[in-house]
Amino acid sequence: MLLKITEEDILNLKKTANNIRKGIIEEVYAGQSGHPGGALSCADILTVLYFNQMNIDPNKKDDPNRDRFVLSKGHASAALYATLAERGFFSKEELKSFRKLGSMLQGHPDMKHIPGVDMSSGSLGQGLSAANGMALSSKMDERGFRVYCLVGDGEIEEGQFWEAAMSSSHYKLDNLCVIVDNNKLQIDGPVSEVMNVYPLKEKLQSFGFKVFEVDGNNIDELISVFQKTKTVKEKPSAIIANTIKGKGVSFMENQVGWHGKAPNEEQYNEAMKELN
Amino acid sequence: MKEEKIPTRQSYGEALAILGEKNKDVVVLDADLAGATKSEIFKKAFPDRFFDMGIAEQDMIGTAAGMSTCGKIPYASTFAVFAAGRAYDQIRSSVCYPNLNVKICGSHAGVTVGEDGATHQMLEDINMMKALPNMKVFCPSDDTQTKWLVNEVSKVNGPCYIRTARLASPVIYDENEKFEIGKAVQIGDGNDGTIFAVGICVSQAIIAQEKLKEKGINVRVVDMFSLKPVDKEMILKCANETKKLISVEDHSVIGGLGSIIADVLTENCPTKLVKLGIKDRFGESGKGAELVEKFEIDSNAIIKEFIND
Repeated sequence: MLLKITEEDILNLKKTANNIRKGIIEEVYAGQSGHPGGALSCADILTVLYFNQMNIDPNKKDDPNRDRFVLSKGHASAALYATLAERGFFSKEELKSFRKLGSMLQGHPDMKHIPGVDMSSGSLGQGLSAANGMALSSKMDERGFRVYCLVGDGEIEEGQFWEAAMSSSHYKLDNLCVIVDNNKLQIDGPVSEVMNVYPLKEKLQSFGFKVFEVDGNNIDELISVFQKTKTVKEKPSAIIANTIKGKGVSFMENQVGWHGKAPNEEQYNEAMKELN
Repeated sequence: MKEEKIPTRQSYGEALAILGEKNKDVVVLDADLAGATKSEIFKKAFPDRFFDMGIAEQDMIGTAAGMSTCGKIPYASTFAVFAAGRAYDQIRSSVCYPNLNVKICGSHAGVTVGEDGATHQMLEDINMMKALPNMKVFCPSDDTQTKWLVNEVSKVNGPCYIRTARLASPVIYDENEKFEIGKAVQIGDGNDGTIFAVGICVSQAIIAQEKLKEKGINVRVVDMFSLKPVDKEMILKCANETKKLISVEDHSVIGGLGSIIADVLTENCPTKLVKLGIKDRFGESGKGAELVEKFEIDSNAIIKEFIND
């Protein structure tokens, strides 16, 4: 599917990721609400999926053969919306209405009203089950599409994720790829202190996944690992994407406090200056 | 009403297999209870479209939601307590909020589950399911109606909850009886009272109706199988035409059939309603037939309401 990635392609993807980060900051500043930390951490993953890996077309958004993406960590909605706008599913102007009364850009992804959203989410731990259902449908109908599911490292403290992980492997969903946005922080503090989910690699392996580990903020590494997951047979893939919460805005990086807080005007200007 | 008794869960399984033949988009999921929910009948006919999700109801509902986004019509089957109870948030967030085309069958509802006792006797599911936006809620009373319903909801584009029972109950309707979603079924036209009933309680109401007739009391029975949408016109008609209103259900009196009727009456023509059901308590072990008597949702309990009046 994908031939040669040039240095120029990589440079363009990096610019795109930066645009998405600017979109995220625009959204949470305009809405004075949202979750910038976990949105910024997954911006590179979304960039590689939506601009390099996934078979999607904003002009054929209901194509039954398109690849699917489930944002299980629905609170990173700002990242998904910025990505979809950047990819042309709707106008970037919409981003300013994020979380506001009457906006289609609801606090958490709403598949019924937002073009390009494949599954509603928000209540944590539920996305992988839905992704499994999509992957099973792809196989039943021999459509050959792939399904990507992004989960948070804190999110997978939810029991349903592990129920679903069992199913992914039981049904040999090799058209499924789970990405763990391993930014190591959750609302109450470090994941390892609040409720330790580690070691992740061993856990996922024992559940039957082919597990990959990458720097989740590195575009080159992400492209290479997603390519590898496409060759896995008879089992689902999982990518542990080691990321930095708040990545790209220095004062938000690795700060628990920026999980669910909007910047004030000064902070907004500072963040945009860094991203420009 | 016929002598023949069939549990509505059996009717569900048989109807699924027939529907599966007609509609290739229909898929069935179960959570290790295929033998009990009778979804195994579909499994035998269409093994490639049957998915056992193991003892993991939350995952089952989420998987069904994902399938429905790809054009499938999933019927997710398990005991009512594990569907509506265990997987409530999955039904709420992954099915009802996105208004997905998932059919949920909660079997073994009510105290008539019997010997398994309180943990397995779901008495709050009508209340929980009816509160969810986009959800339609049904509790069929016999074999004929259940079979019709399983087929009919496949034509509804959106979430539906079907509540069935373990206990065998009499066949009430002829094969060619016409039903409609949102329309209750009136049985008899007595004016001395109305017995609104759902599920296994409809046959109990018919028995009471016959016995009361012998005593010169003429009541009508109204099968309220469509709990949401509910037949408001029928409720108001009966309130205007009959002297006494009773509701009877194998469900808590909090938030079930009685509450649904009371809501309609309160807003339109405040009328006294006697609610027979489980009175804010858990069930207990026993035989189904013993429990309907103990919890006073049987024909004798209904008759008492008219005789002692």
